[in-house]
Amino acid sequence: MRRKHWVGAAAACIALGGLAALAVAYRAPLPAIARPDAASFDRARVARGAVLAAIGDCAVCHTADRGAAYAGGRPLPTPFGTLYTTNITPDIATGIGTWSLDAFTRALREGVARDGHHLYPALPYEHYTHVTDGDVEALYAFLMTRPAVSAPPQPNHMIFPLGFRPLLAGWKLLFLHRGALPPRTDRDAQWNRGAYLVEGLGHCGGCHTPRNPLGGEETGRAYAGGVAEGWVAPPLDGSSPAPIPWTADGLYRYLRTGMDGEHGAAAGPMGPVTHDLSAIPEDEVRAIAVYVASLRMDGRPGPGPGPVDHADAAAQAHPAGAALFAGACGGCHEAGAPMLTGGRPGLGLASGLQLEEPANVVRAILEGLRPPVGAAGPFMPPFANSLTDGQVAEVAAYLRARYSDRPAWTNLTRESATARKEGQQP
Amino acid sequence: MSMSPLDHAKAPSRRAFLGGGGALVVAFSLAPRALAQLAGGGEGGAGPAVIAPDLKGSLKNHPWLDAWIRVDGDGRVTVFTGKVELGQGIRTALIQVAAEELDLPPGAITLVTADTRRTPDEGLTAGSHSMQDSGTAILNAAANVRMLLTNAAAALWRVPAGGLATTGDGHVRGPDGRLAAYGDLAAGLSLHVAAVPDAPLRNPADYRTLGKPLPRVDIPAKLTGGAAYLHDMRLPGMLHARVVRGPAEGTRLVEPDIQAVEAMPGVVKVVRRGAFLAVVAERQWTAIQALRHLQRAAHARVTAPLPAGAATGAPLSGDAVEAVLNTLTPRDIAIEDTRTPTGPAVHTVQARYTRPWISHGSIGPSCALARFQDGEMTIWTHSQGTFDVARVVTELLGLPAEKVHAIHAEGAGCYGQNGADDVAADAAVIAFAVPGRPIRLQWMREQEFGWEPLGPGMVTRLAASLDADNRIVAWRHEVWSNPHNNRPVGAGGVLAGAEVDPPFAAPEGKPIPMPEGDGSRNSNPLYTFANTHVLYHFLKDMPVRVSALRSLGAHLNVFSIESMLDELAAAAGIDPLALRLAHMEDPRARDVMQAMAAGFDWAGRPRGDGRRGCGMAFARYKNLGAYCAVALEVEIDRETGRAWVRRAFAAVDCGQPANPDGVRNQIEGGLIQSLSWTGHEAMAFSPERRAAFDWSGYPILRFQDVPGTIDVRVVDRPGLPFLGTAEAAQGPTAAALANAIADATGVRLRDMPLAPDRLKAALGPV
Amino acid sequence: MTITLTVNGVDHAVDAPPDTPLLYVLRDDLALNGAKYGCGLGQCGACTVHVDGKPVFSCVTPVAAVAGRRVRTVEGLGTVDTPGILQQAFIAEQAAQCGYCISGMIMRAQALLDGVRRPTDAQIRAHMQPNLCRCGTHGRILKAVRRAADMMGGTVPQAVRS
Ligand code: FES
Ligand code: FES
Repeated sequence: MRRKHWVGAAAACIALGGLAALAVAYRAPLPAIARPDAASFDRARVARGAVLAAIGDCAVCHTADRGAAYAGGRPLPTPFGTLYTTNITPDIATGIGTWSLDAFTRALREGVARDGHHLYPALPYEHYTHVTDGDVEALYAFLMTRPAVSAPPQPNHMIFPLGFRPLLAGWKLLFLHRGALPPRTDRDAQWNRGAYLVEGLGHCGGCHTPRNPLGGEETGRAYAGGVAEGWVAPPLDGSSPAPIPWTADGLYRYLRTGMDGEHGAAAGPMGPVTHDLSAIPEDEVRAIAVYVASLRMDGRPGPGPGPVDHADAAAQAHPAGAALFAGACGGCHEAGAPMLTGGRPGLGLASGLQLEEPANVVRAILEGLRPPVGAAGPFMPPFANSLTDGQVAEVAAYLRARYSDRPAWTNLTRESATARKEGQQP
Repeated sequence: MSMSPLDHAKAPSRRAFLGGGGALVVAFSLAPRALAQLAGGGEGGAGPAVIAPDLKGSLKNHPWLDAWIRVDGDGRVTVFTGKVELGQGIRTALIQVAAEELDLPPGAITLVTADTRRTPDEGLTAGSHSMQDSGTAILNAAANVRMLLTNAAAALWRVPAGGLATTGDGHVRGPDGRLAAYGDLAAGLSLHVAAVPDAPLRNPADYRTLGKPLPRVDIPAKLTGGAAYLHDMRLPGMLHARVVRGPAEGTRLVEPDIQAVEAMPGVVKVVRRGAFLAVVAERQWTAIQALRHLQRAAHARVTAPLPAGAATGAPLSGDAVEAVLNTLTPRDIAIEDTRTPTGPAVHTVQARYTRPWISHGSIGPSCALARFQDGEMTIWTHSQGTFDVARVVTELLGLPAEKVHAIHAEGAGCYGQNGADDVAADAAVIAFAVPGRPIRLQWMREQEFGWEPLGPGMVTRLAASLDADNRIVAWRHEVWSNPHNNRPVGAGGVLAGAEVDPPFAAPEGKPIPMPEGDGSRNSNPLYTFANTHVLYHFLKDMPVRVSALRSLGAHLNVFSIESMLDELAAAAGIDPLALRLAHMEDPRARDVMQAMAAGFDWAGRPRGDGRRGCGMAFARYKNLGAYCAVALEVEIDRETGRAWVRRAFAAVDCGQPANPDGVRNQIEGGLIQSLSWTGHEAMAFSPERRAAFDWSGYPILRFQDVPGTIDVRVVDRPGLPFLGTAEAAQGPTAAALANAIADATGVRLRDMPLAPDRLKAALGPV
Repeated sequence: MTITLTVNGVDHAVDAPPDTPLLYVLRDDLALNGAKYGCGLGQCGACTVHVDGKPVFSCVTPVAAVAGRRVRTVEGLGTVDTPGILQQAFIAEQAAQCGYCISGMIMRAQALLDGVRRPTDAQIRAHMQPNLCRCGTHGRILKAVRRAADMMGGTVPQAVRS
């Protein structure tokens, strides 16, 4: 999951004034250690670390396309420049081979590298700060027992002055709230387990919570929906627009398989998250699902409106969109198509069509979605090359009219042009 | 050199060539279908009868030279084969064979492939038999024709034939340098004579065409948008059809909305015949939309539930595959049983190996054209059994046999029995209902995945022992399998046969006897082991629709044998290649293994270190066909369980290679395909239906996962009999992959697919 | 409904419903064989053609979407008698078995070579990823694409003509 919220962070720093921040920016280097012998780590702890790493999506960001696992080099593109993830294998020269547990802990919880430089909050340390000592240790054990890969860091291409890292210290003053989360005694153990995973390593709020103008999560509006790489991360609280409300079972299926029959397929940055959760112990995913389901139940229990399909009216209102849909999308999404006779959900159930913003629908059309290489899973071809922005807009307008009762989207052509530009960055 | 499908459509029948004389046609119809033949590896029906047992290849069934070769007055030569091009390059190889023995440039030869009115019936194009059956027949027929031409020249010039030679460009040269053109000589010659067994063959040292890497004649058109495939045929007045079925085998639609579709503009007809349903339209897109409309109907299962995995819709585990087969009643067939006194065993290994159901996964869904005009049905088909298509349609529609004409035209690769036979029958049923208009029917992608016969799920159990000298002193191999040969030879074998009213009964599944075998194929080791006991538990009742998939049972049997040899070698701490060589007496098999060892640098290979390792395997396909040894070097990503083949090397001995580059192409392709089958593929089921309907539910190997390099060494065997190669690499590749993974990681995977999630689970978290 | 489109540099007016996928218009209305039906779902690439120089799955591209745009098919790269560079390279490598996937492969590869003169092996593999081959011709296809890049000699590739 490529995070972009650190972009907001930069804005925050500028707002604070660089010099004020500098006063608190200095962090001492921690001593380099000799690389620990992989055999010195307890196997059970390493195994536990593997599960935690999956929940924390470490490999997703720290592995380049087809590159060695955890060796970094994945570009995280943004309108403000491109950041490359770092090598977190225990390589001495280019990875974290000389990092002590203390250095690793500080990086995870405070966003400071071993040599003392500040890390961009693309590393979601404002969430990782809640992770227990034991879990940090397990993660450390897991990473330090990966094969060391020599992969020098690639220079980031940041626009001025965001390359000046001490600015980040100011952001941390505002938004990094350290410490463990107190358990809730009125909830059961499974819920509390879920809360720990979701608020900490899982860092779900990193995308699903809106951010203030300074780029920090709006704690008062947790899970009211946010943004990730231009995609809307839909609300998980009572304002969730899903036509059939999410339940813990539905969430479990979705997180586990990337697809739920009452909602749809994970798209955009959510795809890799569900893939990571497909192979870890079932209990952990169930706990996450129970906690996330409670976010909605606490706000808006009860049934949703159910799906709608105004096919005729939509075709009348958007004839060009209807024709494009029939030729481009109908082979999968129209009644009688193999996908629908194969038990996959219809578009009437897709949250993306119910959101205030068309971002997800437009991006799904342009980029499609594909399962990880070699794995079975939901697939959609990209249409960026075949449909113009105007045509994408026609289709999106038709879809909105057909499958929702909500107000029409505006500025669709511009949205498509923006999404296309973002999608083309390195 | 090659005919496009359109040429076929326009070409006069063989009867017309013969000016209505029909001697040749009589010859075909005289050949009764009796004695079981092994044409097509014993698949399909009994092949044509043997009427000339002393001749070679398919000349045994069709000894008349004019069944194979026609020489025109202008010297142009037409060669007829009952085999068909499936992408294996047979067209080019057969042209090379004919060109060599006729001593002509390949460009002078036109090849006509299977056509029930023009070519000999050589049974199925299957089982890697084309070079053995047809290649051998054409080789000897051409040698006969060259001999007759030479003799004719000798008679003309009144000189002894011994002093004459052919020139390589269509002439016979006399001792004084005089030339006579083939065309002129042929004018006074009848080729309606039986071949003789001892016509002199050309000396391999003088070969001009055979054994040379002639570029394939069919490729240029395929790269430039030529009319290369059946799919590309457009006949005047042609209509487009789609057949309408439930989402997968064993289901039917419940009350599809036929009225609405009949009213759709552009729909010409809705064809119903019992439960058979199809739409016919002027435009292809209209037919597809009508199909989609009908598919909105609910569906119901009309046969027994499918064997679903533990999690419905998930691939079956090895245990689940075995559990499914265990519910079926076996008929036990002894394959081999030898007893030799030996010393005591010191290492014994027992193991079970499994393979799930696998899809053929042709890139082009099956297609057929049919036209019913003036009481006569013509079908263009890419089935592997053109003659069987005619028989099926004859029975299905109750037409007189002479009124049904089937012509082969190329399709996408099929790799066994996919939907080709079914779609041909479907098209004929539709055309019968719309006389006078040619019908083009192509299956949809989901129909191919949902309805084609799959390659059967299989299980083996092996037990083997080494003595103190590392000799194998006991070898037990049991295999459980459904029949792999459900090729339709009558109306009951195709889908439409079960849908028309009254329906035709599906034939009972039968095993293919050894030495070819089906589920038993390659279960008998070529190695010399003491106390070998091989047993085939044949399971005739099929819970899933299955039939031949390239290499049949050899895929799992070779996987099992060659995995077990590595397991034994590991138990005894000896080199896997050395163990094999110590038990192999066949010198050609040893040569192939040694060629592999040299080419791969087996001795200098990187040893397993947790992330990298090497494995090899060997088999002679069916113990009758080509010899093939494969070595792989894999790189394991322990985080994902991905096993990527960095480097592959194969050595192959297929006798005289007709076209060594064609052989390499087949081995490279077979190797990649086997890596995909073995490493990734499994059809999953819910009780109700097959789970996959597209490539997202049935992923196959894509570019980023294919090997880094593949090298193939063809061991040259000048003048030795042709041995089929198209299925030689599948078994050895499968075992080499498992052996390489085991070498790299110490983890032995015995249940296909050796998929990343399974390897990752087996490796554990570290 | 009459729709005007430019295919391989030639304007055509076709009378087809606007939702008809381009694939069927090319094959059935314009009698062009290169683009093949493989899945109709944008999953296999057998139907790949170029629209305005970019590779698209013609099976999920409604003809209305390409009205007035430039379509290029494998027929536009060369003929049996005068094959284009990629076609020559595929012939030289004998990069086909059944060949059903190959037209789509060539069009996908052409899109790469139109933009990148000297693609690396990894770039070629990543770029070709959307296209499936069941015969296992991948190794030869990769060699053919490399050969074509060499034949183009690192010179600026021919501009998209259609
Ligand atoms: S036919 Fe278009 S992608 Fe498969
Ligand atoms: S060559 Fe047959 S599918 Fe690629």
